[in-house]
Amino acid sequence: MLAVTDLTKSFRTPEGEALEVVRVPEFSLGAGEQLAMRGESGSGKTTFLNLIAGILAPDGGAVRIDGTEMSALSEPKRDRLRAEKLGYIFQTFNLLQGYTVLENVVLGMSFGPRGADRGHAREVLERVGLGHRLRHFPGQLSTGQQQRVAVARALANRPRLVLADEPTGNLDRAHAREALGLIREVCREHAAALLLVSHDEETLAQFDRRREFAEINVALQEGRR
Amino acid sequence: MTLALIVYRSLRQHALSTLVTAAGLALAGGLLMCVWMVKTQSQAAFTQSTTGFDAVLGARGSKLQLVLNAIFHLEASAGNIAAADAEAVRRHPMIKTAIPIAVGDNLRGFRLVGTVPELFTTVEYAPGRKFVVAAGGRVFAADQREALAGSFAAQRLRLKVGDKFRPFHGLAFDPKAEHADDFTVVGILAPTNTPADRVVWIPLRGLQTMSGHDPKMATDLSAVLLQLRTPAGGFMLDTMYNKQGNRLTLAYPIGAIVAELFGKIAWFDRVLALVAYLVALVAAASVLASIYNSMAARRRDLAILRALGARRRTIFGAVFAEAACIGALGAAAGFAVYFGLFAGVANLIRAQTGVVLDLGAGHPVLWICPAALIALCALGGIVPAWKAYRTPVAETLAPLS
Repeated sequence: MLAVTDLTKSFRTPEGEALEVVRVPEFSLGAGEQLAMRGESGSGKTTFLNLIAGILAPDGGAVRIDGTEMSALSEPKRDRLRAEKLGYIFQTFNLLQGYTVLENVVLGMSFGPRGADRGHAREVLERVGLGHRLRHFPGQLSTGQQQRVAVARALANRPRLVLADEPTGNLDRAHAREALGLIREVCREHAAALLLVSHDEETLAQFDRRREFAEINVALQEGRR
Repeated sequence: MTLALIVYRSLRQHALSTLVTAAGLALAGGLLMCVWMVKTQSQAAFTQSTTGFDAVLGARGSKLQLVLNAIFHLEASAGNIAAADAEAVRRHPMIKTAIPIAVGDNLRGFRLVGTVPELFTTVEYAPGRKFVVAAGGRVFAADQREALAGSFAAQRLRLKVGDKFRPFHGLAFDPKAEHADDFTVVGILAPTNTPADRVVWIPLRGLQTMSGHDPKMATDLSAVLLQLRTPAGGFMLDTMYNKQGNRLTLAYPIGAIVAELFGKIAWFDRVLALVAYLVALVAAASVLASIYNSMAARRRDLAILRALGARRRTIFGAVFAEAACIGALGAAAGFAVYFGLFAGVANLIRAQTGVVLDLGAGHPVLWICPAALIALCALGGIVPAWKAYRTPVAETLAPLS
């Protein structure tokens, strides 16, 4: 499902030096697989997810999603692939504040193969327990409800791979457990692979398969950061 | 649908700046269309408002003043002409109709014009159109102290058949300058949409022999309105009166003389048009500024859309379309401004001159101006759209970990 080979990414520091943030020689994730990756804040996990999602261009290496190599694609095709095959759940949810709950999900779908299917968006929102909040704006929802909208938006297009970046970071314990359970359950229902990164031990403990980000990111092992 | 939703939501989110910018555009568009339409229509109306006459013969002086006084019932008379001169021109073989008029009095600000009943019985004020007296009235008798009121004058003065009035001396209303003569309204003219609507018509002799007027001038006239048999007659008379004579002036052709007036005041509508162009440019620049300034606030939204799979060109198109939509809103509201302004100006022109401008008339400027406004705004949207196009997604969404 996901295969990463020799992926590298550096940023330039204010002093003008190149700082290598990501160097992952090899990483893979099978279809429907759920993996939790532990990494400290500032370890480059978000950059790694952004590279997989194609919203950040790597300096080198390859990301292959469902057999298609991201880096070989033009930017519009990468955008298309992201819309079709990927769901991204952000730590800060990144909901569009000026849009209703339903519109957030519909917009998330509209760039993918399903198009703006309002009926399906409603179904997904009902599935995450927000059928009664369709016309609400994100600011009118609790944090836990906003997280559910983010989950619904990420999964509405039936993605093959869901990337979750500290998805429970902004929730209290009870809501975090609930949100995580929901993400995992809906991913299973949609047969989507899930790659979750977090530094929260309780979140990580709920996964059978866990890995240390430092294990796969050579840049961290070599202490270059 | 997606693009429409993004544009709609963005306009809603920035509703105040959208409305202020659209209002500026509406003012610019409305002003521009109004200036253009009033200029075009009034020029056409004035040059065509000859009330059925080809030429005017009057005292030596300005042709324009003669036309304004005799045809449009504006301005003071350039002077009087003798009855013998009027009779001479009437008998000229090139003259088909000669209608003498005399001015010098008013009824509460509305001009009293003395003339002969033939004006209302034989002359066509427009091709195929003769004056019509409203039901219950008739044309005055030449030897009676009777009056026939133009429709607009009758409406404003609340005149009806059977009413009696006393004229006031001079062209401007002075309550102390009342004549002692009583006139009876015997008819109201149906609207003609010509300057004749603003006049209270009385018999020529009635005006000439009004109490208080100099008896020595009792046969003098202000002008003679002429219909020619052929256009060549106009040039012949022009030579005779204007080039070879030195006592009288022949204003011919009337349309060309009025067009000269518009030529003289062309600078004024050029200034107005320039102001409107500048307002339009400033309004378009304000679209650019308002969207550009809001880019910082909407960068995150744009980055989220990109992260969800929106292409750069979609983002560019959304901002570009938003600018064009603000232009379209402004252009649509501009029609309201245009109709309001035009109606006001048209009323003023009608009240002052009797010339009627048509609010419902079409003109290419009515689509060129809104289209240009939308295009200008869309053009103004290119810079912020380009900025949106270049929004770095990962950097905008979260700080690097």
